[in-house]
Amino acid sequence: MTTNRDARISTEDKETNEPVSLITESHFSDPQKTYFYGYSAGDDFYEALIAAHANLSESESHAFNARLVLILANHIGSLPVLKQALRAAAIEDK
Amino acid sequence: MLSTYTYPQFSNPRPAEVGQTIQRPVVIVGAGPVGLSCAIDLAQRDIPVLLLDDDNTVSVGSRGLCYAKRTLEILNRLGAAGPVCDKGVSWNVGRTFLAEHEVYRFDLLPQPDHQFPGMVNLQQYYLEEYLLRRAQQLSCLEIRWQNKVVAVTRDEASSEIEVQTPDGSYHVLCDWLLVADGARSPIRRMLGLDIEGRVFQDRFLIADVVMKADFPAERWFWFDPPFHPNQSVLLHREADNVWRIDFQLGWNVDPEEEKKPEKVIPRIQAMLGPDHAFDLEWVSVYTFQCRRMTQFRHGPVIFMGDAAHQVSPFGARGANSGIQDADNLGWKLAAVLAGSAPQSLLDTYDAERTQAADENILNSTRSTDFITPKSPVSRLFRDSVLQLAQHLGFARGLVNSGRLSVPTFHADSVLNSTDLPGEVFASRMIPGAPADDAPVRRIVPSLASHAPGESAAVDAASPDWLLGYLGGGFVVMVAMPEDAEAQEGLDSLARWMQSLHKTAPMNLRILVVHAQDASAGQATSTADHLAFPLVDHVLDLKGRVIERYDLTPGSAYLIRPDQHICARWRNLSALQVEAAYRRALGHLSH
Repeated sequence: MTTNRDARISTEDKETNEPVSLITESHFSDPQKTYFYGYSAGDDFYEALIAAHANLSESESHAFNARLVLILANHIGSLPVLKQALRAAAIEDK
Repeated sequence: MLSTYTYPQFSNPRPAEVGQTIQRPVVIVGAGPVGLSCAIDLAQRDIPVLLLDDDNTVSVGSRGLCYAKRTLEILNRLGAAGPVCDKGVSWNVGRTFLAEHEVYRFDLLPQPDHQFPGMVNLQQYYLEEYLLRRAQQLSCLEIRWQNKVVAVTRDEASSEIEVQTPDGSYHVLCDWLLVADGARSPIRRMLGLDIEGRVFQDRFLIADVVMKADFPAERWFWFDPPFHPNQSVLLHREADNVWRIDFQLGWNVDPEEEKKPEKVIPRIQAMLGPDHAFDLEWVSVYTFQCRRMTQFRHGPVIFMGDAAHQVSPFGARGANSGIQDADNLGWKLAAVLAGSAPQSLLDTYDAERTQAADENILNSTRSTDFITPKSPVSRLFRDSVLQLAQHLGFARGLVNSGRLSVPTFHADSVLNSTDLPGEVFASRMIPGAPADDAPVRRIVPSLASHAPGESAAVDAASPDWLLGYLGGGFVVMVAMPEDAEAQEGLDSLARWMQSLHKTAPMNLRILVVHAQDASAGQATSTADHLAFPLVDHVLDLKGRVIERYDLTPGSAYLIRPDQHICARWRNLSALQVEAAYRRALGHLSH
């Protein structure tokens, strides 16, 4: 699946074409696989995520999540995007 | 028993063979939707079928409910889709709620111009009744009720069953024994064959209620609704003002206790509010497993439907996949029985339908894991997805209350011929894909040359559908070629087909698709293919065939009897069609 550019909160940087906005529409893909239905790539990820936590204690899961956030944050790199992500995740608990 | 439905009672005369042994080419065990579909498919191909069922009526109580677009297309080929659609409740939209807020909405039919809706809801007993009505029109299909298989033996070449009836027992020697006797499959057990997978530790209450309500015909799914906190609830509309409500109960409840009306009625009242009067039609508590047999074919014994594989109900992938099993098996067994395919063609039933079962089990397991998280962290992620789904589109895509039944793309099937190098189609109709439908209209091109504009007489009949021209036998679908050279390709294909027809009973037809705006001269030809009786011509009424298959003049698709694509080319060539046809019949060395 391709990135839906309309899904970005703001536009791309005009000079570098780097995304400076958070992608909020579904964006999961796997170049090794052909997906015939739109939900499949996201479901693949979700299953892998839950499986990664199998057999972890609660504190181990916390630590795992922390490491994962740090690794993904570095992969994204862009501070404007990361700050938008921090704000998006800070929605009120119900 | 039910206020909205009276069960028919079937009986048959005392079998003349009591105490004897008879021989039959094909015996199907189980007259549920899968067994009936398979029996009809084979009987439509003039194959004598004996269908046995241990009961004397249709499915009792609340079972299969949702029949997906692909299943309706198959039922249409079997002559049973009309009453199913007329009686059933069509729907395309599903809504998912968290507490009181809608978090996700899906549309099963985002594309226009298909004959059938995304889903039709209909109680299983009606589906079986309509299939039976069709079955009774077929003279080579014999159904015997209250005929129970009590013993089975098999060797490499055939099997033998002992059948118990109210009047005594008899034996049948079967060339092919097709087993559609349900999840508990007595025959599977008698043969000592394994079925493996996961048992889920959760219980669900099904309540079918009769009420007059003006809820739209949609699938509504709640996570953690105020009327049933911390659990999920699913609402479906059925025929006859019956509504299916499915309450998640958790593992630690007493199923017998939960079935009592004094327990069930308050749950429903809490959900519907005080304004809705309703009557209970059926109540049951169920658990489920996701599992399949390692192999569906065991020599001359072939398993299908729930007997071969089981899924959770979230996704409606049970009966739908079973009917697709029947669709896959019918033409292959017919080709083997006719001697036009090797027995190994039946191994591709096993390969393709175990692939489909794995896909169905994967999707229904994922839905179940989302609905019933198995650990605190899984629950945390689930709840976070639901929370984010109210704000962010990507999270809506992860909400999984059931990925509803869709057909499998048999992209890796050995029956496919791969695309030629350099030939690119901007279409998902790859080899292995289930063929997409589109509106068409039959036309009758005339033979002789004549004035422009009179070339193709449009059949006065109302618009019909592409899938009506595909299936049953093999079809070569060709986009009407423009130049004389390409038309010669069509003619040589027609000549080859004519010669083939004398030797091979597996039906093969040509379907020529004409563009709506084609020049008049395109459909005029003095060519052979116009005179050949097994060639149909259709007009691409809305341009959807050309769009969905990315057709250019002379492009061709070979489509299997079960309406799956098995090969495609940019330029029609009789030699390539012949090779692909032989491959699709399991002659793999060619």
